[in-house]
Amino acid sequence: MPPSSYGLIATFETAPQIYQAAQKVRDAGYKNWDCITPFPVHGLDGAMGLGRSQVPRLSLVGGIIGFITGMTMIYWTGAVDYELIVGGKPYFSPMFAFPISYELTILFTAFATIGGMFFLNGLPMHYHPVLKYEHIKRGMDDTFFIVIEARDPRFNLANTKALLEQAGGKAITELEA
Amino acid sequence: MGAHHESSSTAPAILAEVNPTALPRAILVENNRSYSWITEKICGIIEGKTPTWWWVCFALACFVASFTVAGISYLVATGVGVWGHANPVNWAWDIVNFVFWIGIGHAGTLISAILCLLRQKWRTSINRAAEAMTIFAVVCAGIFPVFHVGRVWYAFYLFPIPNSNAIWQNFRSPLEWDVFAVSTYGTVSVLFWYVGLLPDLAILRDRFEAAGQRARSFIYGFFAMGWRGSNRHWSNYEMAYLVLAGISTPLVLSVHTIVSFDFAVSLLPGWHTTIFPPYFVAGAIFSGFGMVLTLMLPLRAVYGLQDLITQYHIDCMCKITLATGTIVGYAYGMEFFIAWYGANPNEGFAFVNRAFGHYAWAYWIMISCNVITPQFFWFKSVRHNTSLVWILSIFVNVGMWFERFVIIVTSLARDFLPSSWGYYSPSIVEIFTFFGTFGVFSVLFLLFIRFLPIMPMAELKAVTPQADVHGGEKH
Repeated sequence: MPPSSYGLIATFETAPQIYQAAQKVRDAGYKNWDCITPFPVHGLDGAMGLGRSQVPRLSLVGGIIGFITGMTMIYWTGAVDYELIVGGKPYFSPMFAFPISYELTILFTAFATIGGMFFLNGLPMHYHPVLKYEHIKRGMDDTFFIVIEARDPRFNLANTKALLEQAGGKAITELEA
Repeated sequence: MGAHHESSSTAPAILAEVNPTALPRAILVENNRSYSWITEKICGIIEGKTPTWWWVCFALACFVASFTVAGISYLVATGVGVWGHANPVNWAWDIVNFVFWIGIGHAGTLISAILCLLRQKWRTSINRAAEAMTIFAVVCAGIFPVFHVGRVWYAFYLFPIPNSNAIWQNFRSPLEWDVFAVSTYGTVSVLFWYVGLLPDLAILRDRFEAAGQRARSFIYGFFAMGWRGSNRHWSNYEMAYLVLAGISTPLVLSVHTIVSFDFAVSLLPGWHTTIFPPYFVAGAIFSGFGMVLTLMLPLRAVYGLQDLITQYHIDCMCKITLATGTIVGYAYGMEFFIAWYGANPNEGFAFVNRAFGHYAWAYWIMISCNVITPQFFWFKSVRHNTSLVWILSIFVNVGMWFERFVIIVTSLARDFLPSSWGYYSPSIVEIFTFFGTFGVFSVLFLLFIRFLPIMPMAELKAVTPQADVHGGEKH
């Protein structure tokens, strides 16, 4: 394909239609393709053949870093940098350090989860070929689309178009890159 | 369902799968509304002309908020002595108001996180507004401890930032735990709210662009981060949302636990009890649901959202209020029982003094509002009478404020040394400051309902019947 085309986009009216069509595109062996939906369609991940999201791994890393940060900070400030006896209590104890470490675990997990979600999604990305399609705005409202990218090894204008038509796609259009 | 087809000689003695009885599910979006109806309804609120009532309410809210500004300005200019605190009552309205507002926030997180984990889909239409309520309540709560430090320009000493004295915070103190708990709570609530808003901001971006309003489209688009509804994104998004719900649940429980540690870790009779963490959490959720009802019922009426906030939603909220209110009532009884059973004369005195001492009026307001009021929610006729539910929700708010007042002030006013006993009354500055926070809260909430979608459109669409890819069949 010439680089002037990003790929093909097809319109679907209902959630069950895109669910069926996504299974067909998956079974045809495409890799670089996507569904555009106004809401997360239940079961569409499986129909697209997507694996489990990697976000929780990043969340776990964030949580561990948060807990260590809390414990280390309280140990270093109280038992290393400026030792001070308050109320006859020890300079450091994991007991009194726990509540703050617990909160920092949650705080850092939240940062890692949201940062990780944006990172894995490649957002922010304010300009994208899909967003140039004139009817894409309905994809935020009530319409469903399948986009197959031209860089997919199996992409072939005629065959891909035929697949989308056979899957029930309407208004199949070429997207400019 | 398919078990019948396998009935032959090879059929196993047990069913291949067990299909639970299909219970009729409550309809969450009534009158079979389409996706675009939802978009039009929610976006229409933002895109339409600003209603007159909004300006009236906004002006009124600004006026009320100015009382907080006045109270705080006078405090900063003069000193913390302008509040009515004096030995032995060195904590009073400031901490009462702080705990009151934090508690209100907790229902928002309960709705958005705990009900999400429990797959209570009815949360979808109320979670956005409830989360907004959380954030604004935390803002109001934060005012009190920050200005109670007196010299507010030193408030950064609360955080472990290197300073010229080279000394660090006392991490053994529950007050320092509270700093971390509340700031984490505020931050995570904002992030959770923002992630939920992301797809809806993209809708608004596109609609304003189509309407030719470039500036508004740019602002919404900037915060929408280029969201384009990709299912690969939705996959990560939903997982991130689930993880956030998963961590917000222990967060909301820990925040009010740590707030209760401010009291429970001390040695004061009436405070030094192990029941405080669960009792405070239940009370927080109780007061929060009271506030959700107080806010959502007028909103539903004004914007005609009866198809989205259905009678079923109101029933659910009333029942949670009833359940948590009853837990709170149980805690009041258990406190008395333990005070008697523990046989500590100081502890026993603290509780008898609460119910029959100088502050008995506050105690009985608390009991009437918190224990008796929610019992009306046992009756369907009450739950179906929207005006009555709204009035009862106000009583819940009042009662929960008095609960914190009773706990904090009665215990301090009668401490260990009878010679130092006192009676606390608030000064006019405290009254102004507290009264004004309702204005601060209302200003923020009015701005929210004017400029942001008050319901999560994408989530609402996902719970409509037509969103089911299996056409309603079990799978």
